[in-house]
Amino acid sequence: MDAHDHDHNEGSNLSEMELRVRAIETILVEKGYIETAALDRIVELYETKIGPHIGAQVIAKAWSDPSFRQSLLEDASKAVGALAQVGRVGDHMVAVENTPQVHNIIVCTLCSCYPTDVLGLPPTWYKSFAYRSRAVKEPRAVLADFGVALPAETEIRVWDSTAETRYLVVPMRPAETEGWSEAQLAALITRDCMIGAGLPKKPSEVA
Amino acid sequence: MDGVHDMGGMDGFGKVEPEPNEPVFHHRWEGRVLAMSRAIGVFRAWTIDTSRYVVELLSPNVYLTAPYYEKWFLRNVRLLIERGLIDADEVAAGRALRPGKSLTRGRFTLADVELVTRRGSYGRPAPAPARYKVGDRVRTKNIHPTTHTRLPRYARGHVGVVERLHGAHIFPDSAAAGKGEDPQWLYTVRFDAQELWGADADPKLKVSIEAFEPYLEHV
Repeated sequence: MDAHDHDHNEGSNLSEMELRVRAIETILVEKGYIETAALDRIVELYETKIGPHIGAQVIAKAWSDPSFRQSLLEDASKAVGALAQVGRVGDHMVAVENTPQVHNIIVCTLCSCYPTDVLGLPPTWYKSFAYRSRAVKEPRAVLADFGVALPAETEIRVWDSTAETRYLVVPMRPAETEGWSEAQLAALITRDCMIGAGLPKKPSEVA
Repeated sequence: MDGVHDMGGMDGFGKVEPEPNEPVFHHRWEGRVLAMSRAIGVFRAWTIDTSRYVVELLSPNVYLTAPYYEKWFLRNVRLLIERGLIDADEVAAGRALRPGKSLTRGRFTLADVELVTRRGSYGRPAPAPARYKVGDRVRTKNIHPTTHTRLPRYARGHVGVVERLHGAHIFPDSAAAGKGEDPQWLYTVRFDAQELWGADADPKLKVSIEAFEPYLEHV
């Protein structure tokens, strides 16, 4: 396979896993099932195009545009799909909103279901046994692992993604951001805060 | 099945350790496994539910120690062989030893990438009216199927409240068993933490699952 010639330079540095995976890829290509360039493109898309910046645009718009916020909470797949800069996303996306009374947090205890269309591939911690086991029982302690402490009177609401619905948290807009553009707001919106494992950055952190 | 994958509420796994500036893939092979998984998905040789079930069928010591994408890799190899798309001697040889099966949709090419980087739809026409409505109190059944289910152990036999209806979806328990899509109503059912974890649980904690109608009964 021409596209892989450069890899020969890696020689004995290739791990056993790299070799096993490469063997299967070779078989699939030789049998005519897949094109190497298509796999390259999928990797490239997840490394460069499909990531939490998409979700950040969605949240920034929800913070800025009350009618969009309403549409997002009513039907997130439809609302996000209508954003020109995002385009079509999968069905069954659900946005849940944090308030001073309720903090939402998303987990998949059974595997690793995650809103990839708007956040990209999940980070390792989201797939970790520690997170999957503890988030539904002691989410305040999990939040403490992220350095997040919420008032005891704040209700914690955990959403276990046990089906094909995909949840996205709409965090609370930080104070002292009046008049900010959507692009400025998006810089405050972290991946973790859209899962509920974090809070948005404060304006002072991006100044 | 009551496997180690069903982790909700287990103790002993330690702290959650976020990795600052984590790369999308830690090794090149992880990206290749992800991409191959997406690509072979379009052949519809198996369903997403079967693919989850096959990961659950890994032995507990493999499940608990293999890296995440290695589990995907082991699943892919098993299913590719089981469905006759590749053969075990080819895996051993590291190359194709005979021509591929002819696929109705043809080879997966660059033009197909868009198909697999957006999630599909799992909603289906409802076979019957929904048995429950928002606000209903429902009890999850105490079931222990040895096959695939999406009703986690920690949420079996407990009383919750229906919070949302999501329409009818492909029923994973049937799909993973090769019994077709068997669409069922899907609900968000919310539980008080004390119902799930006892009187010592956080009184300000609520937990919901996505529950298919066959998992539920009237209180």
